[in-house]
Amino acid sequence: MSSLQELQGRKGRIITDKDAREISRVEELSYDLKVNEVMTRDVKTVAPELPMSNVLEILRIGRISGVPVVQNGEMAGILSIEDIVRAMEKNDLAAPVDKYMSRRVVSVNNYDSVVKAIETFSANRKGRLPVVDENGKLVGIITKGDITRGILNALQRDYHEEELRRYRASHLFEDITSDRTSLILRYDIKARDYLNGGQASSHIKRALLRLGATPQLARQCGIAIYEAEMNLIIHTDHGGTIRVQIEPHRILMQTTDDGPGIPDVTKALTPGWSTATQEVRDMGFGAGMGLVNIQRCVDKMTLDSTLGKGTKLLMEIILRPEERFKETDDPETVP
Amino acid sequence: MNLQEIITKLDLAVLTHPKPFSSIHPTGGYTSDLLSCVIAGAKPGNLWLTIQAHNNIVAVASLNELAAVIVTENASPDAAVIEKANDQGVTLLVSRDNTYQLAGKLWEMGIR
Repeated sequence: MSSLQELQGRKGRIITDKDAREISRVEELSYDLKVNEVMTRDVKTVAPELPMSNVLEILRIGRISGVPVVQNGEMAGILSIEDIVRAMEKNDLAAPVDKYMSRRVVSVNNYDSVVKAIETFSANRKGRLPVVDENGKLVGIITKGDITRGILNALQRDYHEEELRRYRASHLFEDITSDRTSLILRYDIKARDYLNGGQASSHIKRALLRLGATPQLARQCGIAIYEAEMNLIIHTDHGGTIRVQIEPHRILMQTTDDGPGIPDVTKALTPGWSTATQEVRDMGFGAGMGLVNIQRCVDKMTLDSTLGKGTKLLMEIILRPEERFKETDDPETVP
Repeated sequence: MNLQEIITKLDLAVLTHPKPFSSIHPTGGYTSDLLSCVIAGAKPGNLWLTIQAHNNIVAVASLNELAAVIVTENASPDAAVIEKANDQGVTLLVSRDNTYQLAGKLWEMGIR
């Protein structure tokens, strides 16, 4: 119940992008979740020959508003509180169930997705639906309440998993004791692969955020890597590699390729200077600002290039005290 | 001025999944068709006006955490670009106006 209250309590607040993602996640979940994951399995059933007065008692004790009628293991119908009211009006509570039950039973399959059940609810104006297996045998019952609870539980699981992932990643440097811990990420970049341009940088940015980096630091690294990544795509003969070494006190980023090499490194570092072809410029690249942007984002940049051999670009960010990844305080105390 | 008002008043087409636009308040705008200039010049929460419609605008918008990309002159990003934008939570809008006209209108509306 508390998760329900939380959701309602947030209504008054401005919806952030994160909330919007959760809303669409609910829709996604109604497709992912299967009826048998949310239904009630312990179903009360009645036999067709049972007197209506007994059913009234069953409904009252179980605080339910309807029961499936089963004969020889097969669904024969469904009896709801409205049927009992009809019998009461006629003072006919001694009559058997099959006199008043509804024989036209709308049911859902246990392997249907929850969205199917939602559609069936709204199409038939039913409060509950019997759930049958592939042989038509009754295996459970589902109400709108079951669906709400199922989705809330799934959302909570999702949230918990993401929290756990973030928690684990952000404690990486604390949990692992060594004299010098570093995490190395490598990405292979293909030449001319404009379609996937920016993918490595966005993965690196996400990894840094998971590790607990400040958004500003993650953005800085993302931009530096993006420009370096696009340089590999636009200018190299065979692509290259990106290597990011994350340490508690600094981040070292390096791109390496095997050609063609930069003829004039000084010129390459001049704002606005570019060797990009017209075709590439038409796509918006080749502003001659890539290396300049990188310099702006990192503390130290070294460009080492040999014509005919290749280029190595080294970028280093020294983390400010508040940006540092937490390490174990005292390695001796850890068993 | 929130993004929903901007979309309505300027009759912009929304290509990506809807978001609660009325709670997004653009922090300003930036105009360039050169991606590296945008990376250097646009600030988080800005609107970016460009005629570029290929998939790298998504990477740039996501890196810079822009409020939205407004593609001008009815240039239309293809389905793969829109899908990538949805994946990365980037909002893509399209305007009939050219970049100059649109920037003028946004300026008049107080996005500065």
